[in-house]
Amino acid sequence: MTQQLTPAPADPGLAVRRMRRPVWAVVGERALETLIYLCGLSAIVFVLSIFFFVFKEAFPVLGHGKFSLREFLFSDQWYPTSEINKRYGVLAMIAGTCSVTALAMLLAVPFGLGAAIYVSEFCGPRLRETLKVVIELLAAIPSVVWGFVGLTVMSRLIVRYTGAPVGVNVLNGGVILALMSVPIIVSISEDALKAVPDSYREAGVALGATRWQLVWRVLLPAAKNGLLAAVLLGVGRAVGETMAVLMATGHAIHIPHSLLDSVRTLTANIAAELGEAPEGSDHYRVLFLTGVLLFTITFVVNLAADFFVRGLRRK
Amino acid sequence: MSTFLGTRFTETPLARRKRRQETAAKWVFGAMAAAMIVPLLLIVGYLVRLAWPSLSLGFLLDVPVRGMKEGGIWPAFVGTIYLVFLSLAVSAPIGILAAVYLNEYAKDNWLNRIINLAVINLAGVPSIVHALFGLGAFVYAARFGYSIISASLTLAIMTLPVIIASTREALASVPRSFREACWNVGATRWQTIRSVVLPNAISGILTGVILQVSRAAGETAPIMFTGAVFFKAVQKGDLFPYGLHDQCMALSMHLYTLSTQVPGVRESIPYATAVVLLGAVLLVNAAAIAVRVYLRARKKW
Repeated sequence: MTQQLTPAPADPGLAVRRMRRPVWAVVGERALETLIYLCGLSAIVFVLSIFFFVFKEAFPVLGHGKFSLREFLFSDQWYPTSEINKRYGVLAMIAGTCSVTALAMLLAVPFGLGAAIYVSEFCGPRLRETLKVVIELLAAIPSVVWGFVGLTVMSRLIVRYTGAPVGVNVLNGGVILALMSVPIIVSISEDALKAVPDSYREAGVALGATRWQLVWRVLLPAAKNGLLAAVLLGVGRAVGETMAVLMATGHAIHIPHSLLDSVRTLTANIAAELGEAPEGSDHYRVLFLTGVLLFTITFVVNLAADFFVRGLRRK
Repeated sequence: MSTFLGTRFTETPLARRKRRQETAAKWVFGAMAAAMIVPLLLIVGYLVRLAWPSLSLGFLLDVPVRGMKEGGIWPAFVGTIYLVFLSLAVSAPIGILAAVYLNEYAKDNWLNRIINLAVINLAGVPSIVHALFGLGAFVYAARFGYSIISASLTLAIMTLPVIIASTREALASVPRSFREACWNVGATRWQTIRSVVLPNAISGILTGVILQVSRAAGETAPIMFTGAVFFKAVQKGDLFPYGLHDQCMALSMHLYTLSTQVPGVRESIPYATAVVLLGAVLLVNAAAIAVRVYLRARKKW
């Protein structure tokens, strides 16, 4: 391609020099480009192999007479180690995941969007850079540290101020997950707000709008797809989070009735029981099936988020 | 004239309401931003205060004694370093080359779109699903067993999107005119990438690599079932205590174990472990930010 751009060499020396390029360099370059191509494909290979290997371990249980998919999804009876009456229903865990995620989003979405609006529209450039650095650091805190904070600091606070008998519950997990998913919501929403063309802002200001009116009437409607994507990515993060909820939500396998009930989420269930389930047992395979379920949920959520972001970019 | 000025500059009720709304909005949004930061500071401060009695160089270099109830965290610290560097050795080359493909070679077609979706999804797969994958693929199918290799490979795949995303951003920020200039003197595509694109993007690539390190150091779930163990006896002062096929301890796993599985630990020890892990991760991240700020200031285009 580059050769077509250069005119035919008037000077024969140029042509000679091209011919003199050693064979190993040409072959080596071709090999390297093949390698680059293969690395480019690696992401697809990895995603497919994650699904393949997780599904492969889960698959044998599906053809099993004693196991029914309907019971798996719609029963809240989870007795994997019972001698006579084994039950594999994950409804209670689904309810746990949903309750914790919902509470986390209830807290994180307004605060995340508010912080994003402040960072992108209301503060000066210096403060903005500082806040962005803090958000980045907040996003970097390992989930096991968040879990530890939930287990120690947050649970003590909850016991003291609500009088709950145990401090590890939906409220605790929800607050911790909210703190964890705020950074991703802020940074994606800020990108979405930044992507709104400046001409929109100028038009608003020219009409005499205050910045608040500008945000409410112009920017939020214009950036709504990107903001939705930010919320979806926050949901994806909250659903998939493992260590923090494992440590902060307690381990009661039942459908929660209040904020102060302990629950167990899908992710925490795998983390808590995989170590005890013998390889190849039904229990082990059902845990992998839970993994397939989680993979599917996050896959759909991420696809939806990408769809909204793409819609934004096309505009 | 004076009446004109008077009407011109007297605040109408509407303007007053607008101004009040504006101030209120600014304060509310500012408070929301602050609500994100204040807990961070309080939590870090609280952890450091409770960890203080145990924090010392000796704590870092000592081995755990008496059933992990006392002593230090050296084996866990070294284990984390092993895992981080092995996973980096795998994911950095693959990730950087994948980003080169996506940014320099790929045309805007269906294949490229699928690769993009795959990268996004790889970043979104829950860490526990990565653990299941590592267990099924590396521990059982590839017969690496519960080992450092299995755990690092799992971590490598998990952190690949971090490197791909930031490398790609770095490559995309190199102006197209640089490449065109290079092509026009007769360089091939790869020669251009090697001598023009990569040197100009090295800061962004470095940032991505550093972020990968911080991410890999903090993860617990993927290594929990593939190679990290509660306890492994290590001699004090042993710099290379693990072989590739051994299991190892890791800081994140150690924190989880100490705080949930071991009764009667001296109170400050789990806090100190948390502070060391948090401090290491935040330091590494701060380094990435510093590299970025420094090189952005030096950028000439």
